[in-house]
Amino acid sequence: MSAAPVALPGDPTIDAVQARAHGLTDGEYATIEHILDRAPTFTELGVFSVMWSEHCSYKSSRKHLRMLPMKGPKVVGGPGENAGAIDVGDGWVAVFKIESHNHPSYVEPYQGAATGVGGILRDIFTMGARPIANMDSLKFGSFDHPRTRFLLGGVVGGIGGYGNCVGVPTVAGEVMFDAGYNGNILVNAFALGLARREDLQSARAQGAGNPVLYVGSATGRDGIHGASLLASAEFDAESESKRPTVQVGDPFTEKLLIEACLEAIKTGAIVAIQDMGAAGLSSSSSEMAGRGGLGIELDLGRVPLREANLTPYEILLSESQERMLIVAARGREAELAAVFEKWDLHAVVIGRITDDGRWRALWKGQVVADVPVGAISDDAPVYDRPMQAPSANGATAVHPVASVDAPSPAAALRAIIASPNVASKRMVFRQYDSLVQGNTVMGPGSDAAVLRIKDSRRGLALKVDSNPRACALDPYLGAIATVCEAARNVACAGARPAGITNCLNYGNPERPEIMWQLVRGIEGLRDAAIAFDTPVISGNVSLYNETEGRAIPPTPTIAMVGTLDDVARHLKQYFKFAGDAILIVRTAPSSLAASEYADLFGAHDQKLAPIDLARERKLIDGLVECADRRLIRSAHDVSEGGLAVALAESCFNPGILLGAEVSLGDSGHSAEVLFGEGPSTVVISAPIENVQVLHKIFVPLEVVAIGRVTTAGRLKIDTIIDEDVATLQCLYEEAIPGRLNQS
Amino acid sequence: MKWGVVRFPGSLDDGDALHALREVMGQDAAMLWHKDESLAGADCVVLPGGFSYGDYLRCGAIARFSPIMKSVAQFAADGGLVIGICNGFQILCEAHLLPGALMRNRSLSFICDFINVRVDNAQTPFTRAARAGEILRLPIKHGEGCYVAPPEDLAQMEERGQVLLRYVNDAGAETDDANPNGSMRSIAGVANDRFNVFGLMPHPEHAVEKMLGGADGLKIFESIIEGAR
Repeated sequence: MSAAPVALPGDPTIDAVQARAHGLTDGEYATIEHILDRAPTFTELGVFSVMWSEHCSYKSSRKHLRMLPMKGPKVVGGPGENAGAIDVGDGWVAVFKIESHNHPSYVEPYQGAATGVGGILRDIFTMGARPIANMDSLKFGSFDHPRTRFLLGGVVGGIGGYGNCVGVPTVAGEVMFDAGYNGNILVNAFALGLARREDLQSARAQGAGNPVLYVGSATGRDGIHGASLLASAEFDAESESKRPTVQVGDPFTEKLLIEACLEAIKTGAIVAIQDMGAAGLSSSSSEMAGRGGLGIELDLGRVPLREANLTPYEILLSESQERMLIVAARGREAELAAVFEKWDLHAVVIGRITDDGRWRALWKGQVVADVPVGAISDDAPVYDRPMQAPSANGATAVHPVASVDAPSPAAALRAIIASPNVASKRMVFRQYDSLVQGNTVMGPGSDAAVLRIKDSRRGLALKVDSNPRACALDPYLGAIATVCEAARNVACAGARPAGITNCLNYGNPERPEIMWQLVRGIEGLRDAAIAFDTPVISGNVSLYNETEGRAIPPTPTIAMVGTLDDVARHLKQYFKFAGDAILIVRTAPSSLAASEYADLFGAHDQKLAPIDLARERKLIDGLVECADRRLIRSAHDVSEGGLAVALAESCFNPGILLGAEVSLGDSGHSAEVLFGEGPSTVVISAPIENVQVLHKIFVPLEVVAIGRVTTAGRLKIDTIIDEDVATLQCLYEEAIPGRLNQS
Repeated sequence: MKWGVVRFPGSLDDGDALHALREVMGQDAAMLWHKDESLAGADCVVLPGGFSYGDYLRCGAIARFSPIMKSVAQFAADGGLVIGICNGFQILCEAHLLPGALMRNRSLSFICDFINVRVDNAQTPFTRAARAGEILRLPIKHGEGCYVAPPEDLAQMEERGQVLLRYVNDAGAETDDANPNGSMRSIAGVANDRFNVFGLMPHPEHAVEKMLGGADGLKIFESIIEGAR
């Protein structure tokens, strides 16, 4: 079978020019010719171009990602599978991953965001885990940018339209508006699933002769070159014309696919399973064979099609959604097919595993592609791209230097709490089903979501965070600050941080200063992950986030998952009882650099303060201990808006109207103390009798008792702020709907 | 008593209904498959929430033709108890087992939130464990929950007491603000004229455990159990 594959009638001439049109460099094309010892066929060129795209191959980031800590005593399963897993106790493992769908969502927001959710869910249930939670990190351009409203509506509609219909609750997330994303929004979708440890599936093919089953939706022309030409290139004036590369989602079929796959896994007849995500049939088939060190042969004529006349090239590159590829145990195909038929889904044997290490595609009895499996699945070029810190220590001014007329503290509080980045995102998360599956102990709105694990006392806390303004000032410290914030959010819910998944969103890696941002970000992520003992179990890199030469702010998005031994001991951010002491615990004095205050009013501070990770770790450990020993009643991370906003938010208990009366001393009158955002501060409330022991628990951190929870329904900070809580809450809740309803 | 929860393709809250009945309330409950015609001896059939058939064509419009719906219609005609929650309510309307129809929410967007409903008729198999006028706090999560019916039908339904639940504010009053989806006369749940078929948009099965936000939904299931004793 070593005869060269045939060209098909109508195939264009294959040369370096054609390769360039496929996004391959001349050097890459020469390498392909060298590997094959001949020119590729058009079909093969298409497959190489998607598999060697930045999106699929991680060719710019791969070298640097190796520095991340990926192992730990609780990590289950080796790297290289579709998603990582963490042992969460009682035989359960949590499988989770985050992935970008940035460019598709900018070009076609509803379908782009919807298929982002669909894709990440398939990465989870292909592991044998039932998806039980979604989260999303969304970055839009400035709130008043003319395209923002359209994009916001489309993306939120798409996430809800898909997530609600597929029956997986969306339990937390973040939404930010910043001019840095005017031409390139970010949509990062996270999913988490639970599996019994013994049910975890592999994507490693085994057993030459085993049949390969295609299951799920039929293949159409949608999404061809989504991974290469859309996801792995900058935006320009032509990008709108790439809309046909965006896939169209069908959440109903996905729901059937979830149930059918989980039922099929129970039969024990599945050897390996992988979803057809980016690069569709090409990637799933070659990657499964590659992991097993085997070969695979596909008969493309057997692939179920939505329309006649698709070419082998199109069949292999289609990114039609809701499809999976399964390696079955020989002789048990019918058993599996019966399960899929029960759910009215296609299940067709389209090929077999071989032992010759070749990735081969047949069409009407002829070989149309025949390449070494490793050449496409593993041996994409790895680049060590040059990097260069920009001048002036890499600092980019992210906000005005200083304000001429600094507002009064009360006026600043009212303005910040109504700024779209700080204000309530209820208008967004109300459009998501956060309750289905009946595990949601705490849904959107508090620091982290809390889920129970049925049939046990255990629980999970999860949150996704990013801090692009801090990363723009210092990509290394900004990445550390992001991990610290995600860890704090999870710990404020009472959970011990257990694992990280990350989505690294940056500009064009061929520019040395962007490459420098990316590597500094990975270094920050590494150092923080080590400090918290939270391995990075999965992730995704999204590069080329630029429009007409302007890159987004560096945006590493961090999703943290934590575990609660007893979910009944979880904490919320809200004060609960009048008379309780209010305390702050902090690792260092706060600064206005990269804060919402600075964005609105300016600040001299343009440099991030150093972060002491040992102290950050102490803060996390202390919070977990306090929750476990039931010493505190609430905990809230000081983040966007600073301490004054965190105190106000702690008063917004949906069940009872409370207030707070606090004194910050003389220094409390400064904007740094009231509105500074970093490094770390947490607001907690506790019965008075527990205050002494809290000081001990957090040694050597600074613990300050600053006041009391009151019944008065007012937020009083010394003599400088005295605001009605209900009025503040109204500002907080109405800000985004009010601004959307204007004009 | 025995319960049967129907699983259609695209049902989502079927497992949650089963969990509420079995694990929380200790009931004998089984899942029924839409392609079967047997109700497996159920005394009460639950049509659960979700997006049966993806809500394609129209919510509930395809599910009503599932094989099991013939048996459900016959069961209802024989006086058997049927409760449809959210998508189940939509299916019951499409199947003409309940009057009226459910249209897109007034806001045109999906809404997930806890709301108040008032029990307006506590003399039925679905509400007898509640007091007349009692306010229940229940979650809603739907995009098509705006209840509509011709005025003459509404008048007749109200006269007979078929409106069992209405959206109200904390004080128990029907106001425009408290009506999440624009339903006519703030209607959240209706029964047929024989009071053995009940449909509601709120999810009582998602309000059975305090840790998950409240347990007012138990009143609905307890009513059904009480009647069977």
